[in-house]
Amino acid sequence: MPIDRRRLLRGAAAGGGMLGLQALLPAWAQHGSHGVTAPSMPTLDGTQIDLSVGHTPFTVGGRTGHAITINGTLPAPLLRLREGQNVRLSVRNTLEADTSIHWHGLLVPFTMDGVPGISFPGIRPGETFHYEFPVRQAGTFWYHSHSDLQEAMGHYGPIIIDPADADPVAYDREHVLVLSDWSFIHPHEIMRRLKVQPGGFNFQRTTVAGLLSGEDRMPLEERAMWGQMRMDPRDVLDVSGSVYTYLINGHGPQENWTGIFQPGERVRLRIINASAMSIFNVRIPGLPMTVVQADGENVRPVQVDEFQISVAETYDVIVTPQDRAYTIVSEAIDRSGMGVATLAPRLGMRAEVPPLRRVPNLTMRDMGMDMSGGAMAGMDHGAMAGMDHSGMDHGSGAMDHGAMNMRDPENAPPDMAGGVGVQTISPMPQNRLGERPQGLEDVDHRVLVYTDLVSLRPNADQRAPSREMEIHLTGNMERFMWGFDGRRFSELVEPIRFERGERVRVTLVNDTMMAHPIHLHGHFFELVNGHPGHQPLKHTVNVAPGGQVTFDVTADNPGDWAFHCHLLMHMHAGMFNVVTVRPLDGVAS
Amino acid sequence: MRVFAAALTPFFIAFASPALAQAPDHSAHQQEEQQGDPQQPRAHTPTPPAQGAHQPGEEAADPHAGHDMPGMQDADPHAGHDMPGIPQADPHAGHDMSGAQQADPHAGHDMSGTQQADPHAGHVMSAMQADPHAGHDMPAMAMPDVQTSADNPGRPPEDPPPPAAEGAPVHAADLYFDPAVMAAARQQLRAENGAMRTGAIMIDQLEAAFTDDHDGYAWNAQAWYGGDINRVWIKTEGEGVIDEEIEDAELQLLYSRAVAPYWDVQTGVRQVYTPDADRTDLVVGVQGLAPYWFEVNAAAFLSTEGELRARAEAEYDLRLTQRLILQPSVEVNLSAEDIPEMEIGAGVTNIELGARLRYEFTRRFAPYVGVEWSAATGDTRDIIQTAGGDAEETRFLVGVRAWF
Repeated sequence: MPIDRRRLLRGAAAGGGMLGLQALLPAWAQHGSHGVTAPSMPTLDGTQIDLSVGHTPFTVGGRTGHAITINGTLPAPLLRLREGQNVRLSVRNTLEADTSIHWHGLLVPFTMDGVPGISFPGIRPGETFHYEFPVRQAGTFWYHSHSDLQEAMGHYGPIIIDPADADPVAYDREHVLVLSDWSFIHPHEIMRRLKVQPGGFNFQRTTVAGLLSGEDRMPLEERAMWGQMRMDPRDVLDVSGSVYTYLINGHGPQENWTGIFQPGERVRLRIINASAMSIFNVRIPGLPMTVVQADGENVRPVQVDEFQISVAETYDVIVTPQDRAYTIVSEAIDRSGMGVATLAPRLGMRAEVPPLRRVPNLTMRDMGMDMSGGAMAGMDHGAMAGMDHSGMDHGSGAMDHGAMNMRDPENAPPDMAGGVGVQTISPMPQNRLGERPQGLEDVDHRVLVYTDLVSLRPNADQRAPSREMEIHLTGNMERFMWGFDGRRFSELVEPIRFERGERVRVTLVNDTMMAHPIHLHGHFFELVNGHPGHQPLKHTVNVAPGGQVTFDVTADNPGDWAFHCHLLMHMHAGMFNVVTVRPLDGVAS
Repeated sequence: MRVFAAALTPFFIAFASPALAQAPDHSAHQQEEQQGDPQQPRAHTPTPPAQGAHQPGEEAADPHAGHDMPGMQDADPHAGHDMPGIPQADPHAGHDMSGAQQADPHAGHDMSGTQQADPHAGHVMSAMQADPHAGHDMPAMAMPDVQTSADNPGRPPEDPPPPAAEGAPVHAADLYFDPAVMAAARQQLRAENGAMRTGAIMIDQLEAAFTDDHDGYAWNAQAWYGGDINRVWIKTEGEGVIDEEIEDAELQLLYSRAVAPYWDVQTGVRQVYTPDADRTDLVVGVQGLAPYWFEVNAAAFLSTEGELRARAEAEYDLRLTQRLILQPSVEVNLSAEDIPEMEIGAGVTNIELGARLRYEFTRRFAPYVGVEWSAATGDTRDIIQTAGGDAEETRFLVGVRAWF
C-alpha cells in the first residue's frame, strides 16, 4: 500500500516509539489522523486496486495476536471510489485457506458480491480474483471477508464513494471511524465455547449479591420468573468485553486514536460497525451529532446525542466541535466495555472518558410477550409482576412445553419448523422502530430511533407491494442454535424467491430475546417506518428483541444473494439463507 | 421403579421413531410440542392504532421523546448540508437560517438536479412551520400500524412467489462458474452456516473426600462431540478410598439426540466395576435443563443379568457473585430387585445430598470445597448394616472443576 510520506512522519512524531505498530495501520487510521479530506486522500483509489489477504501479527493493549488482514493493515485500507466510475479490484489470497471479499452495501452484479457458494466459488490459496463492477452509489460502505470467520480476525475495511455531483452533505473535514471487536481467542474457539456454555462470556449476570445490594435492580419474584422460563435477563450480547477489546480504527481504548480538526469546522464522521458480535451505543459527550446518512443513503438531518449502531450498519454524522478535546465512545450495549477515541484540535489532548453505564435488564417486551398490549408505560416491572403465569404449565412433566404460551406454534407461520432450534416464539411481537434501542430507554439526552430516519431522496419505486411475507428469526440460546423460521441454513432450506422487479413487503419477527442485525445482499430495502415515499433505504436492519420490522424491497438485482444475521456467530450457527431473483439476464424464465 | 420406567416410556417412543436417522426434520417433535394446547387462542391482537412511535409513558416523561432538542439551533442542526441552486420559491420553512447560515442559506440538501420534479421533497413544510422539531416527534410521524401476517390471528398461508420467481437456473452462479466447483462451494457454505460439529471435555468433579475414618477420592466427568442435534457422550464417575481397591467406577458410552429445546434423550451402554461384581447395562436416559435452571439427568439401566436400576440427579448453580457459585445437588438411586453381590436392595437404594462452593477463576477452571451426605435406604440399608458397613456418611470435599 502506498504511504503518504508526510502523514507517516506525522504519525511517527506522534507515536514516537510506536512506529512499528503504526506501520500496521493505514494512514487514515494512525494516531493523530488529520482526516481523509479531499486534498490528502489515501491512495487506494482509481480504477485498478490491488488487495492482498494474508496473516499479520496484530498488537493491542500490549499483547500481540494473529490477525487476517488485507494489505497487512487492520482495518484494511480505505477504498475511495467515485460514483459512476468502473473499478477493478484484484484480490490475491496468500492464506492457506479460501478467502473472499464482500463489498457490503454496494450494488454489484451478483457474481461480484463475494459470497463463496452463492456468488462465486471463493478465492483459493495462491489465487487472485478480479472483481470488476460499475460504482453506482455514493456514501459510506465497507468490505469484509465472507469466508469462514475471517472477518472476526481483522479482515474488514472502509469504503467511501464520493458522489458524481455535488455532495448534498457539506463538510470541511472527514474522519472514518471503523468500530470493531478484537479477541486474542480464535473465533472458532469462541464459537465452540458458545456451544458448550452459551452464557460463559457474561460476567454481568444476576447474582445473590446483586439481589441483596439491590444493584441488580430486579426483585426476587421477577428473577424467579426469568428462571422459570430458563432465560437470562442479562443475555444482551453473546460475546462480551471479558474477551473482546473494542477497537476504533484498529486502536484499543488506551491507545486513544485521535482525529484532528480545526475549531468551528464541520467534521463529517463516517462511522462503520465492522464488529463480529458487538452492537455499540455511540456518543461524543458534549458534542451533538447530526445524522445525515445511514447505510450509505442520505437521510434528512436529525440531531441526536447518541445512537445505536448494530453490526454492519453505517452512520454518517456531522459535528461542529469547539476548541477542546472530545471523547468518542462506542460502548458495547451489554456495557461490558467500550471503544474510545478522541477528537481534538491538537495532538496530545484528551477529554474525560465516561465510566461504563449500568447493564440493562431485559424486559417482557424483549421476550415479545409484553402483555400490556403495546403500552410501554410501566412495562418493566408492573407488567411482569402482574403477569399470569398460569398458562405456563411447567408442573406436568419436564418436557411438556406445549402449554407454554411463549412457544405457541399458532404465533408462527404454518411453514415454520418448530424443532429444537426454536426456544421461544414471540406471542406478541411489537413494532419497535419508534422505540429507543436497548439500554437507552432512560438516558437523559436525545437518542436516534429508526422512525427518525427519512430518506432525503424520494423513493424510486413507490408501487404498493404485490405480496407480503413473514420471516421469523429463531434461536435456542441454550444450544446456541440460530436460524430463520426454525431452520438452520445447513438443513437444506428453501431459498427465498423473488421475481425480478417484484415489490414485496417483508416482515421480520424476532422470536428471540437478542437483537439481530439482518442484512440483505444486492439490494437496499425500505424500512416501513411511517414516511411513505421517503422510506429510509438500508442494507442492514437491527431487529430488536421480541420485536418486528417491516420493510419493502424491490427485487431489481437478478441473481442469488445472501440474506443473514450479521452477528457473525449467529450466521455461522445457521441464521442464513439465499434470496433468488429471477429471471436472470438472457435466461428465459 | 415402575413409575419411573413408565415416565421414561415417552422417551423410548420418541427415540425409537425416525429419530435415529440424522434427519433435519423435527416434525415428530414439533407435533409432540404442539399438542399441549392446540386450542389456545392466539393472545396476539393487532397493534392498536394509538400505539405511536413513542409510548405514552415515555411521552409523558419527555414530550419530545428522544428528540427534545433545546440545543439544536446552537449546534446548527442543518450543518453539513449544502443546498445551492435551490429554487427561490422553496421556503424551507422551519430550517433555522439565522446566523452563520447566511452563506449557506439552504443548509441541508442539494436540491439541484433530480429534485426539480419534487422541489419540496424531503421537507414537510407545514409541519416544519408549525414545529421546528418536525419530523422527530409528531403524531403524523408516529409508528405506522403496519398490517402484516404477524398481526393476523387467522394465519393464512402466504402468497406463493410468482411463477417467474421459480425460473431457471436453480443456482445462478452455475452459469458463470464450473457447476461442479460451485456445488462444492455450496456444500462448504452449508457446513459453515449451521452444520458445525464440536465437542468438549468437562470434569465436573475431581475431588478428595474426607470422612471421620478415611480419606477417599471421587470423580465425575463427561465428554461429548457432535452437532446441534446428534452427539456422542462419554460419561464416567467413580470413587474409592486411598490405599484400597476402587470402590465403584462406571463408564457410559451414549448416543445423544436433542428432542426438545432443553432436552436430550441418551442411550447406550454402561460398564460398572465394583470389587465384587461387574455389570454391563443398557442405558436410556434424559438429560437437560428444567425450569428454574435445574440441570437434570435421569437414566434407567438394564443389566445383562436382567436387573433394572435407575438414577436421577439434579443440580443448581446459585451465583453468589459473578465467580463464586454454590452448587447444591441431589442424587437418588433405585433398583427393581435385590442384587446382594453389589449390596443393593430393591427400592430406593441411596440418596446423596451435596453442596459445592466453587470459585471460577475462569469459566473453565474452578476449585471448590464442599460437603456431601449420603445414606443408604430401605433394604439396601439393611444389607449394608448386616454386613457391618456404614449406611450413612458425611464427606468433606476439596476439588476442582474444569472443562476444555
